[in-house]
Amino acid sequence: MALRAPPPDPSTLLDVRNITKRFGTGEEAIVAVDDVSFSVAPGEFVSIIGPSGCGKSTLFNIIGGLTGDYDGSVTVEGSAVSGTHPAIGMVFQEESTFPWRTVEDNVAFPLEIAGAPKAQRMERAAHFIALVGLQGFERRYPSELSGGMRQRVAIARTLASEPRILLMDEPFAALDEQTRLLLGDKVLQIQQTLQQTTLLITHNLTEAVQLSDRVLVMTYRPGRLKRSVRIDLPHPRDSEVVSSAAFGQFVAEIWQDLREEASRGVEDAESRVRKGAARR
Amino acid sequence: MTATKAARSSGSTWTRSRGSTWLRSRTGARVVGIASSIAVIALVELLIIAGAINAFVVPKPTQILLAIPRIIAEENVLHRFWQTAQEVIWASLMLAVFGIALGSLLFRFVGLRLAFEAWVGALAAAPIVLMYPLFLVIFGRSTTTIVMIGFAAGLAPVILKTLDGLSGTRKVLIDVGRSFKLSRGQQFRKVLLPAALPAVFVGLKLGLIFAMINIVGVEFLINFGGLGQLINELAERYDLPGTYGAILFVILASVLFFAVLERIERWLRPVE
Repeated sequence: MALRAPPPDPSTLLDVRNITKRFGTGEEAIVAVDDVSFSVAPGEFVSIIGPSGCGKSTLFNIIGGLTGDYDGSVTVEGSAVSGTHPAIGMVFQEESTFPWRTVEDNVAFPLEIAGAPKAQRMERAAHFIALVGLQGFERRYPSELSGGMRQRVAIARTLASEPRILLMDEPFAALDEQTRLLLGDKVLQIQQTLQQTTLLITHNLTEAVQLSDRVLVMTYRPGRLKRSVRIDLPHPRDSEVVSSAAFGQFVAEIWQDLREEASRGVEDAESRVRKGAARR
Repeated sequence: MTATKAARSSGSTWTRSRGSTWLRSRTGARVVGIASSIAVIALVELLIIAGAINAFVVPKPTQILLAIPRIIAEENVLHRFWQTAQEVIWASLMLAVFGIALGSLLFRFVGLRLAFEAWVGALAAAPIVLMYPLFLVIFGRSTTTIVMIGFAAGLAPVILKTLDGLSGTRKVLIDVGRSFKLSRGQQFRKVLLPAALPAVFVGLKLGLIFAMINIVGVEFLINFGGLGQLINELAERYDLPGTYGAILFVILASVLFFAVLERIERWLRPVE
């Protein structure tokens, strides 16, 4: 049964209400996201976790305004979002830096689009480059950086547009576990420095518990919200928290919910392979 | 293995690895390229001297080299070179402007792409040079005819590669542009075109090759203009060393234009 969200609180920054998204029509239609509602308070770090194929990225695209034609509503401080919204900054799962721009030109990109003078752009870019710990790499091109550094450039670029809400879709998915943990530290540090409201889409349990104030668990197809878990681990946090007993308890608790959904996902994938083989 | 053998073996490995590193360096590669060319030229010289290649058909490379000062002094080859170069520059500029614009139009309007992509592909394979009488009727026996044939011959690859590059832009880069609320024009200038630049330059290089071949070919055919006309005149006089010397200037022009294009590409997109 889907988790029903209470009516929006006036202090809510982001409100996602009764979102349903179908792909295709008629009997062929697939419900990717089914009646999802939740809200995010200012300064809060919320993660949405679910097995692969549960509609997390569809939800990311809907909230970010990249996907239209859905039922329900997305509002930022009470005003409806249709299309991309300047209050929402997006960090993508795939490598998304512009390979033809240096680190500082990548980070200054949103300021350039906004028509800021060059001196101001460079000053702001330098600030955000320092925030993600990439001083000394300003003149480098993305091809000269590691995957983790490139993702930090993408985060700095999004932060440079000074969004009210930072929306991230599995930004560390392509990185190894150690880099992921250390980058998590960096994200937490930035979030705590800027009091940045953040919504993270992930399938990584450790990452979700390490970073979040609240974790929303999604079901496997159709994607519904199954449960909301408040992570009462102390702040400020860093990657050391993963070795605490409380951390382990949260991971175990969320895994209980997630395991059932992940198993359904695996069974579904296997049955599709079997059907495909039988057809051949 | 004895200590001496081991030392010798590791020494030869070291020499081999140093050798392959040197070969992979820019200087090493250039030296090998130049040495290979000299070796081929020397081989041709030897084959001609030995009678394996008919000296009445192919002059000795040394004769060609000796003919170069003569054609510079007597045949005004540098002026001819500049004439051909100007035609190539005009054709290239038109290719860049119209080729990229038409490729972008085909990308932007799916209907246009469906209607014309196959035709543009067919145009790439068409022997445009054979249509020179038509161009002569339209533009007269003039530089314009030569430039227009060069342009027409090089247009298809520029259009197709521009379309290819724009279509191949990674979706996530387009999404980044959308997430920053870029206008359609900004999306094109700031994201699509820079992303497509490597493919666009492949198209421009191909276009340049086609344009050059056709420009020199038409100069030869209509006996007008720069190096093509000179090659025609020298060939008719049966001045084979001079003819081949003039052909060397065509190759030089081609190398120069390629180098300039490479420079422009590196300037616009310094790192891949």
